[in-house]
Amino acid sequence: MSKDLIRLVNIVMKFDEDVILNSINLDIKDSEFLTLLGPSGCGKTTTLRIIGGFQEPTSGDVFFEEKRINGVPPHKRKVNTVFQKYALFTHMNIYENVAFGLRISKTPEAEIRRRVTDALALVNLSGYEKRSVNSLSGGQQQRIAIARAIINRPQVLLLDEPLGALDLKLRKEMQIELKKIQQQVGITFVYVTHDQEEALTMSDTIVVMNNGNIQQIGTPLDIYNEPKNAFVADFIGESNIIDGRMDQDLVVTFAGHTFQCLDSGFEKNEPVDVVVRPEDLHLCPPEGAPIRGRVESVVFKGVFYEAMVQSDGYTWQLQTTTRLSVGDLIGMSLTPDDIHIMHKTREVAE
Amino acid sequence: MKSKRLAIPYVIWMAIFVVVPLILVVIYAFTSKSGGFTLENFTGMGTYLKVFEQSFLLAIIATVICVVIGYPLAYVMAREGERFRKIAMILIMLPMWMNFLLRTYAWMSLLENTGIINSILSALGVFKLINSIFGTSIEYFSMINTSGAVVLGMVYNYLPFMVLPIFSVIEKIDSRVIEAAQDLGANSPTVFRRVIFPLSLPGVISGITMVFIPSVSTFVISQLLGGGMTMMLGDLIQTQFLGNAYNPYLGSAISLVMMVIVLISMAIMNRFGDGEEGAVMF
Repeated sequence: MSKDLIRLVNIVMKFDEDVILNSINLDIKDSEFLTLLGPSGCGKTTTLRIIGGFQEPTSGDVFFEEKRINGVPPHKRKVNTVFQKYALFTHMNIYENVAFGLRISKTPEAEIRRRVTDALALVNLSGYEKRSVNSLSGGQQQRIAIARAIINRPQVLLLDEPLGALDLKLRKEMQIELKKIQQQVGITFVYVTHDQEEALTMSDTIVVMNNGNIQQIGTPLDIYNEPKNAFVADFIGESNIIDGRMDQDLVVTFAGHTFQCLDSGFEKNEPVDVVVRPEDLHLCPPEGAPIRGRVESVVFKGVFYEAMVQSDGYTWQLQTTTRLSVGDLIGMSLTPDDIHIMHKTREVAE
Repeated sequence: MKSKRLAIPYVIWMAIFVVVPLILVVIYAFTSKSGGFTLENFTGMGTYLKVFEQSFLLAIIATVICVVIGYPLAYVMAREGERFRKIAMILIMLPMWMNFLLRTYAWMSLLENTGIINSILSALGVFKLINSIFGTSIEYFSMINTSGAVVLGMVYNYLPFMVLPIFSVIEKIDSRVIEAAQDLGANSPTVFRRVIFPLSLPGVISGITMVFIPSVSTFVISQLLGGGMTMMLGDLIQTQFLGNAYNPYLGSAISLVMMVIVLISMAIMNRFGDGEEGAVMF
């Protein structure tokens, strides 16, 4: 888990005048689970297809084990792909689907049999060899697509929103299973998704992308707790993003109140974005509270209530286990480590 | 199911004009000239074995030529850009907007001994050249009234019915399935052989059906371009009903036998289509 397996250097992708990727630099380490996360149209699938060899970048270099692989066609790359909507071969049974890659490389029949059996066992579908593709459910087809892609023992598996078509419960099961498979086979997974929860659950490294740019690269914990800008904060989890002013190091003013914070290195009186997670707002009595507001709406979310609280023209999103009613006057307080200060950027999630 | 009622007019239509005549054909086939039951219509059919052979042979040749010409065209149409597709589609459809007889007459005037092709070749001095080289004295190529002209007529008229079903099947193949095959190590010829071709077989089979059946039963093409030299099943049946030989009982029996043979061959074809390794056909 140290050396770089894939390196993307200054990758630019343009279709006519549209810039899809704007100088992407990314190092992917051996046997890590890396997720490209972003809203649709951010360039994450294009990045994946460039690694797979299905698209050639307009400029920039792709390195695989330090060898430049621009122009190498997909069938000569040591990566395999799990496609969106599975893309199984409907004219073959499950066995032949999984065996496809081995048949192409003219592997002896006995070895094919052994490896297909192993691959099906890995995805929990032993005994399905003779079944037809169409007789399987979406989740099962997805597992077959994974078995088919890992049969060639690639060094990297690319996954393009593989769980997008599954229902929520199945998706959660498959997330855990995918992570398990990745740890068992010990190869690099490059995973594309727009689902931040999926990314947080499975990844070693998350790459947040927007508008063809990488916004932040980091572990799930880093990305969630220390988002680099307002876009990342907003995209990963729920956030309150408020205009503020940095009075001096460790002191910030927003929502008509001055707070202690942990951030420094800003200019004096620099306008900043202040990010507060809804679960970090603490309820307190309205008297003497730094933020006071009236409850506008309450939605029961299962584990907690989500309330919208109106205060001096800003609507705060608040998550609490305390039952609130519409019209209640409440107070909210913050501790210094609940406050995240960011430089103003123009890029904000839609 | 209220919507089922919408099909009622068609069901009635089918019953009157398809099912009833079919039953009549079967009854006629087992009826003697005097009106009693007989098997003679079938037992005496051996006389026409040559016609059966001829018909099936020419229809098979025409169908094979249609596959050989039509498949690559359909493939390129489905995989190329919009522009090529549109132009090719118009060129394929254009002859179909003209009357079938008119098209066939046009071929007659092209192929005749004194027709357009021979006239042009003659004007270019091709025959003189040939004669001087080989010491022959030909004045034209005999093209009309040959089996070749009949096959040409079939291919010309029925080629669109081969191209269109193959095209629409290949066009629907998900590009990700093709990418998946490339991804798993298949180069372009292998992708075609292992994925695109097997997936396109249903189109090939419906194309074969749609070319073979009208070909085997045609009588206009064989009469106009074959000049009666190549008797085909359609001609034989026609003469039984309308010609001098008037014998609708024998005509019905021949129709019935032809139908059974066609049905059996289609059933065999479809079995190939269902198989996993469709490529065994070739």
